[in-house]
Amino acid sequence: MDKSMYAIEVDNLTKIYGKGETTVTAIADATFQVKPGELVAILGPSGSGKTTLLTAIGLINEPTHGKVVIDGAVVADEGWTPGFDLKRMRREKLGFIFQAHNLIPFLSAIENVMVALEINHLSRSEAKSRAIELLTSLNLGHRLNNFPSALSGGEAQRVAIARALANKPKVILADEPTAALDTENGKNVMALLKKLAVENHSAILVVTHDHRMVEGFDRIFQVSDGRITGES
Amino acid sequence: MNLAIRDIRYHLGRFILTSIGLGLLLGVVISMGGIYRGLIADALAILHANKADIWVVQQNTNGPFAESSRIPEDIKYRIRLVPGVAEASPLSFQTIQIERYGKPFRFFLIGYELNSSGGPPEIVAGRDIRQKHYEMVAAQAMGMAIGEKIHLGLHDYTIVGLTGKIVSSSGDPVAYVSLADAQDIQFKKDNDAIRNDRERIGANLATIQSLSPAQGKYLQQNITAITESTHTVNTIVVRLAPGANLHEVQERISRWNHFKPLSDAEQTAILAKGMIEKARMQLGLFRIILLVISAVIISLIIYTSTLDKIKVIATLKLIGAQNRVIVAMILQQSLLMGIIAYGIGYLLILLTYEKFPRRIVLEPFDLQMLFVIVVAICMISSFVGIRKALTVEPAEALGG
Repeated sequence: MDKSMYAIEVDNLTKIYGKGETTVTAIADATFQVKPGELVAILGPSGSGKTTLLTAIGLINEPTHGKVVIDGAVVADEGWTPGFDLKRMRREKLGFIFQAHNLIPFLSAIENVMVALEINHLSRSEAKSRAIELLTSLNLGHRLNNFPSALSGGEAQRVAIARALANKPKVILADEPTAALDTENGKNVMALLKKLAVENHSAILVVTHDHRMVEGFDRIFQVSDGRITGES
Repeated sequence: MNLAIRDIRYHLGRFILTSIGLGLLLGVVISMGGIYRGLIADALAILHANKADIWVVQQNTNGPFAESSRIPEDIKYRIRLVPGVAEASPLSFQTIQIERYGKPFRFFLIGYELNSSGGPPEIVAGRDIRQKHYEMVAAQAMGMAIGEKIHLGLHDYTIVGLTGKIVSSSGDPVAYVSLADAQDIQFKKDNDAIRNDRERIGANLATIQSLSPAQGKYLQQNITAITESTHTVNTIVVRLAPGANLHEVQERISRWNHFKPLSDAEQTAILAKGMIEKARMQLGLFRIILLVISAVIISLIIYTSTLDKIKVIATLKLIGAQNRVIVAMILQQSLLMGIIAYGIGYLLILLTYEKFPRRIVLEPFDLQMLFVIVVAICMISSFVGIRKALTVEPAEALGG
């Protein structure tokens, strides 16, 4: 398969924090690719470098070495500055799902999805119809006007997923999406992500420490002490 | 989608309470400006009511509003003969405080020549003074009714009319009586004092051996007439004939000994600069302090509100929100809070300013200036929140 066919390409990605004797290598020489429609897990214990890897791919953290390519566009490379707006790249190409849903507390469920669309310059009416469509497809049609405080953990996370999917991103990055959920809700969320990866043809990269949650994933990368130690 | 409005809607109770608190503070700031304008209006009320061109006062004094000024009443005849003078009216001023219904009752009494200038500027109820004695027109603020009597000096005075909101430079309501009555109230001694004076003068004259009894009696009558005379006034207000030259008339009067002709502008300046300047500075300083307090409060509210939203801001940044979306959210909230607080403060003063013990004058210019200052304060105050928001890293949205 041609390299440009990958949604995510990570090549020798290294992130080092600090200088001199206090340097900490958070992630070292990570190399992998994720195809569109693929559901991939980065599995490892706390402090193993999972989130650092995710932030580097998510254009939040600039890697020290290595290269990151998202949907064919180089977004990070050693000694190279991208000639485009990274925020725009995040808006258009990436979707984020967080550990604790991170819904905006003063916006209703529908508004939480609409905000991501309006930031991406969709008109109010377009944003509203797309948000209704997304939330309804995630069985939240009856919760459109509820604030996050009135939603259950599972419902809130589904709204967060709807927000991540709002702009039809090529890549969805999920940081411990089941950490705040019970096992059953966690499994439901993972199943939903798998379904969405296939339906939307999006590459979904999930960071988790919970091996029980990665059943049915297309690929699983084991991370330990900043290195990818295995793939299954 | 307006995030500022959404946040306010969600935290409506907190926002309303904060705005009311700030509104009360701005209400005080508005009232301070109103009190200052009221001070000026009060101080100049009598001046404006008289519409005089010249105030003739005692030489080397700044006139009756600044210090004691006593001049003989009969100088009015001489002034009336000055070319260019259309009218010269003697006026007497005195502040009176008496007990009424067991409470201190204070007012400013003006004595004026009937059918001459210097009397009540308007009659809102009853009538003007018609008799030379024992009638009074009182300002509404004195709270007296027509027909009511008040005892001053040796006599009772009946309220025959009410005038509008005229007050002295110290804010006391004004009452009018005839000049003769005002002079009686101010200068007439009681009968015991008169008898004592006459005895003392008689006894002193009796010691002068060279006086014949007829001369002594004649001299005693003359001295008594002078000492018992009440024909003294505080000022004579002069109105000029159309086309008369103010400076020429002033020049003529100032040539006489013992008198000082102050133009209306000079009298206004003495009142405004001399009497009000310190109050103006005091109130001005107080307003500045209150505005600084408001700015600090708005800054703190916006800053803590931004701290509350760190995760929201980080999430917005992570999903690609432009900085202007975040800046607009903070700035709009700050402006809305300031504008609503200003509205509350303004409404509060508008509903209550007539109940203030002293006059509050709300000038549109002052209100507009304060509005602009409040908007500026809100914008400046929001910078602390904006600065904090712009330093928030999108990565802060990650983790638990």
